[in-house]
Amino acid sequence: MYAVFRRELFSFLSSMVAYITIGIFLLISGLLLWFFPDTSILDYGYAEMGGFFSLVPYLFMFLIPAITMRSFAEERREGTYELLITRPITVSQIIVAKFLASLVLVFFSLIPTLVYYYSISKLGFPEGNIDTGAVIGSYIGLFFLGAAFTAIGIFASALTKNQVIAFVICAALCAFAFLGFDYTSQLPFLQNFQNSILSFGINQHYTSMSRGVLDTRDLIYFITLTMLLLVFTKVIIGGKRS
Amino acid sequence: MSISVKNLSKHYDQQKAVDSISFEAHPGRILGFLGPNGAGKSTTMRMLTGYLMPTSGNAEVSNQNIISQPIEAKKHIGYLPENTPLYTEMYVKEFLRFVGETYKLNNIANRVNEVIKLVGLTPEQHKKIGMLSKGYRQRVGLAQAIIHNPDVLILDEPTSGLDPNQLVDIRALIKELGKNKTVIISTHIMQEVEAICDDIIIINKGKIVANDSLKGIKKAYHQDSLEEIFRKLTA
Repeated sequence: MYAVFRRELFSFLSSMVAYITIGIFLLISGLLLWFFPDTSILDYGYAEMGGFFSLVPYLFMFLIPAITMRSFAEERREGTYELLITRPITVSQIIVAKFLASLVLVFFSLIPTLVYYYSISKLGFPEGNIDTGAVIGSYIGLFFLGAAFTAIGIFASALTKNQVIAFVICAALCAFAFLGFDYTSQLPFLQNFQNSILSFGINQHYTSMSRGVLDTRDLIYFITLTMLLLVFTKVIIGGKRS
Repeated sequence: MSISVKNLSKHYDQQKAVDSISFEAHPGRILGFLGPNGAGKSTTMRMLTGYLMPTSGNAEVSNQNIISQPIEAKKHIGYLPENTPLYTEMYVKEFLRFVGETYKLNNIANRVNEVIKLVGLTPEQHKKIGMLSKGYRQRVGLAQAIIHNPDVLILDEPTSGLDPNQLVDIRALIKELGKNKTVIISTHIMQEVEAICDDIIIINKGKIVANDSLKGIKKAYHQDSLEEIFRKLTA
């Protein structure tokens, strides 16, 4: 499994995929956070990162599908999947290896943004006047959100041989998982179930973690969602064998 | 014996791609798998190597059941899929090292150099796979199949698309490997069968129509031309 994980990660790093997706992610988040007046911290006037954390999920909706779309789709189109599956490795190991390699890339994309935290804390008045607890909670939330989106991406990539379709399905599913339940819960005839519907959406759990309160229910939610998608992926891949 | 197949079948809806075939293959002999396109050769090989799940039936490779002990069985098989899919963005050595790691081999660097020498990849060993000509890609394909020194080699059309010089080289290599391994190759080229195979199985519409040694089949049909026998059985 480690061999597959390493190969995946190196193929990201040796192709331009990693640099371009991470570079563009940092460029856009940097511009929105510091430059454009509507969303800029400097114009906002408060030393907090809430704006950044509410923005990143939307960027991830495009960044993560771009990373994960190749994982199974490309292998199946090129036929290299046959090379992989005939090794003494189980399907689950292949799925987990691919998932972890993509997740590491998502993690890499988050690390440089720690600079924002440092800058904002320096800009605070008095210096260092920033809610560090909330920032840590938000980063953990963001990581779990990234894991859930990555699992969605791996799942979408297993559905088709076409990378473009994998990208679109993943972006749509991410958007739905993040916001879809919020919108659905507002339908008038579902008003009685509003809270239970909301609790299926990623947004509610992510927001709750952003407050800096680590609730086990939120963690369990994210872990269950991620595992469930990886299991679905296995079912899909298993189905293609017969 | 190294490979024993019992009533192996693969059905796609109504279509029987492979229809209850049984055969055996023995160490030190090269088995030629012949048949028209779509006869079920690749499907059979894909089931033996664990890429496809059989609809029914069973098979053992080196006494490991391919359905109940797939991981163990796969350790004993070296497989070259049809059209030789490879990770074209990887370097030759990097790729072979990766394959070695999936088998958890010891001393991988040495083994990689050994197989590179064995298949004659030395002049191209520092290139990316995508840069190689078809003949050399085929050698990379063979190298990845033999890197873990398997008892059983399953090669799906290993010589398709090669020029006459490359053909001779690859055949010699397969013949050499066949001395102490069980080898199954599928091919459309009758001269190739004459040149390297010891046993022959002809398969048509998912069923085995002949299963004999090269000499035996010629005797049985009172015919010296394999091509004629093939035509008679499958046309």
